[in-house]
Amino acid sequence: MIKNPAIRFDNVSRHFGEIKAVHQVDLEIGDGEFFSMLGPSGSGKTTCLRMIAGFDRPSEGKIFLYDQDVSSLPPYERPVNTVFQDYALFPHMTIEDNIAYGLMIKGMPKIKRMKRVDEMLNLVRLPGFGYRKPSQLSGGQRQRVALARALINQPKVLLLDEPLGALDLKLRQQMQVELKNIQREVGITFIFVTHDQEEAITMSDRIAVFSEGKIEQVGSPSDIYERPATEFVAGFVGTSNLVSGEIAKRATGSAKTFSIRPEKIHLGFDGDTPAVGMAALDGTVREVVYLGLYTRYLVEIEGGVDLVVIEQNLKTTSMDVLSAKGQKVKLSWHPDHISHLGS
Amino acid sequence: MPSRSSDTRPKASWALTLAALGTLLFLHVPMWIIFLYTLTPEEATYTFPLPGFTTKWYGVALQRPDLWRSLTLSFQVAAIATVVALILGTFAAAAVYRSNFFGRESISFLLVLPIALPGIVTGIALRTAIGGLDIPFSFWTIVIGHATFCVVVVYNNVLARFRRTSATMIEASMDLGANSFQTFRHVVLPNIATALLAGGMLAFALSFDEVIVTTFTAGQQTTLPIWIFSQLSRPRDRPVTNVVATIVILITFLPIFFAQKISAEASDTEGETK
Repeated sequence: MIKNPAIRFDNVSRHFGEIKAVHQVDLEIGDGEFFSMLGPSGSGKTTCLRMIAGFDRPSEGKIFLYDQDVSSLPPYERPVNTVFQDYALFPHMTIEDNIAYGLMIKGMPKIKRMKRVDEMLNLVRLPGFGYRKPSQLSGGQRQRVALARALINQPKVLLLDEPLGALDLKLRQQMQVELKNIQREVGITFIFVTHDQEEAITMSDRIAVFSEGKIEQVGSPSDIYERPATEFVAGFVGTSNLVSGEIAKRATGSAKTFSIRPEKIHLGFDGDTPAVGMAALDGTVREVVYLGLYTRYLVEIEGGVDLVVIEQNLKTTSMDVLSAKGQKVKLSWHPDHISHLGS
Repeated sequence: MPSRSSDTRPKASWALTLAALGTLLFLHVPMWIIFLYTLTPEEATYTFPLPGFTTKWYGVALQRPDLWRSLTLSFQVAAIATVVALILGTFAAAAVYRSNFFGRESISFLLVLPIALPGIVTGIALRTAIGGLDIPFSFWTIVIGHATFCVVVVYNNVLARFRRTSATMIEASMDLGANSFQTFRHVVLPNIATALLAGGMLAFALSFDEVIVTTFTAGQQTTLPIWIFSQLSRPRDRPVTNVVATIVILITFLPIFFAQKISAEASDTEGETK
C-alpha cells in the first residue's frame, strides 16, 4: 500500500463488447512518481491512461485521484492533463495561444497568462517561439510545446501517451533525459505510456507491465528486469532464457521454470571449471554473432533447449569468438541471478 | 509550390490546347450570346450583327416591380436554405465522423442521395409529402425543398474537413478544461470555418438558380429562375430577360469563384499542419 496515492485503480475494467481491453485492474501510483505503463499494443495501457484522463469511463470499478472518485467526471473537470502521441496542437493558433489555451479557458487575463507562457517556453527551452504556428516547428519542438501546454495548467498528474514515438532515435534519447529533468523540476506525478521497454527502464521510478488487459507485474525497473514475475515479463522486457522441466532440475535441483538473462551466464570453454556455488549446464555452441561491443552465442543444452548468452568482448577479438562455433562449453551462473516465474 | 511544378511540366500539345479551348467555348459561348443580346435595340429577334447598341434594357429591367419581387424572394429563400443547410449539414457531418453507430455508412449514403437523384424525382416526392401532410405551399415549403440538396453540399465539405483534422484535437481541448461548447467555439469552428464558407456559398448558388424542385414546392411565389422561365412566353421582353440572366450569372459566379479559391487554399496549407 502506498500512502496517499496520486492515482488508485480499484478493480477497474473496461470492456468493449466482447473485448476486455482492461480487466479487473488494481493499481496505485504514488505522489510525485515517474510511473510507466509498459506493454505491447492492445495490452490495455492506453485505455488505462484514457480512463484517467476521462476520455473513457470504466465499465466496472472506480478510479481515485488523491482519494477523490473521478470515475464519472468529464475530462474538463479533472485536474490532469495529457500530452498526446500526435501532439494535437491547434493548427490555427500560434504557439503562444496553444500554450495559453487552458488558462484562457479558465478566464485568466491576457497579460498574466502571457507571463506564464514565457515561463513555460523557458522551461521547455523554446524561448522566443511564441509567435510561430505549429506547422513551422519540427517534431521535437512540437513535442515540447505539447508538454508546455499541459504543464502550464499545473495538473496534479501529467499523462503522456507514447509522446516520443514519432521522434528519431537520437532526439528520443535526448527527450528522455529532458522529460525526467522537467519532472524533477515541477515535482508532479508523470504517468508515461510506452511500448518501448528501454524507454520505460531509463526514465521510470516504477513500471507496470501490461498484457491482454491485465497487469503482469509492477515494480522498479531493476525488479522488472532482474526479477520478472511471469514468462510474459521475462520475454517482453529484454531478452530472457526460460528453462523448465528436466533441464531446470539438472541445473537447480527443482523442475520449477526459471528465467535467466543472457548477460548473467558465464561461458566456460574446456578446462574452465565454474566457481564454487555456481549452477551449471553443459552445452554446445551452435551460433556466434559478433556485434562489436559484445558477442551473442546460441548454446544448445543437452536435452534440447537453446540458451542465448551474451559476453562482452573484453579480451577477445572477432577471430577468437567466431572460432567458438561447435565447441563444447560449460554454462554457469550465480544462483541469485535466476528468477522463478509465477506462471 | 504549384507555380514551380507548372514551370517544369512539359508544354501541352496543340491538339490538347485546341480541345481545351473548344470545351471552354462550348461552355461559355451561350452565356456571351445572352450578354450580347442585352445590348440590342431590337425587342423580339436575335439578329447578328446587332442592328445597333443600347443599354436601355438595363434601365427597363431595374424598373420592373415583378422582377424585384422575384429577386428578393430568391435571395431570401437561398439565404434561409443556406443557414438551415449549414446547421444541419455540420451536425450530420459531426455525427457521421465522430461516432461509430449501426448504419453509419447507409446514413452517409442517404444524405448524399438527394443531390444525385434527378430534381424531378425530389420535386414530386416533396410535393406529394407536403400535400399529404396538408401543409400549404408557401415560402417555407420552397425553403424546405431547397434545403434537401443544400444540406448535402455543406455535409460533404464539412465531412471532408473533419477527416483531415486530427481527432485528438477535440480531446486535447477538453483535456485542457474546455467544455463541449468552448471546444466547438475555439477549436472546431475555426478549423471548419473555410469549409463552412465554401459549402455555404455553393449551397447559396445552387438554391438561387434552382427551377425544378421550386416548381413543385412553390405556391403562388415566383422565384427568379421561375420568373425567367415564364418570360419565355413573352417574346417582346426578351432583352429584359437577358439582362436578368446576366445578373444571375454574375451573382452565382462570385460565390462559386470564392468557394473554389477557399477550398484550394485550405488544401494547400493543410498538408503542413498534421
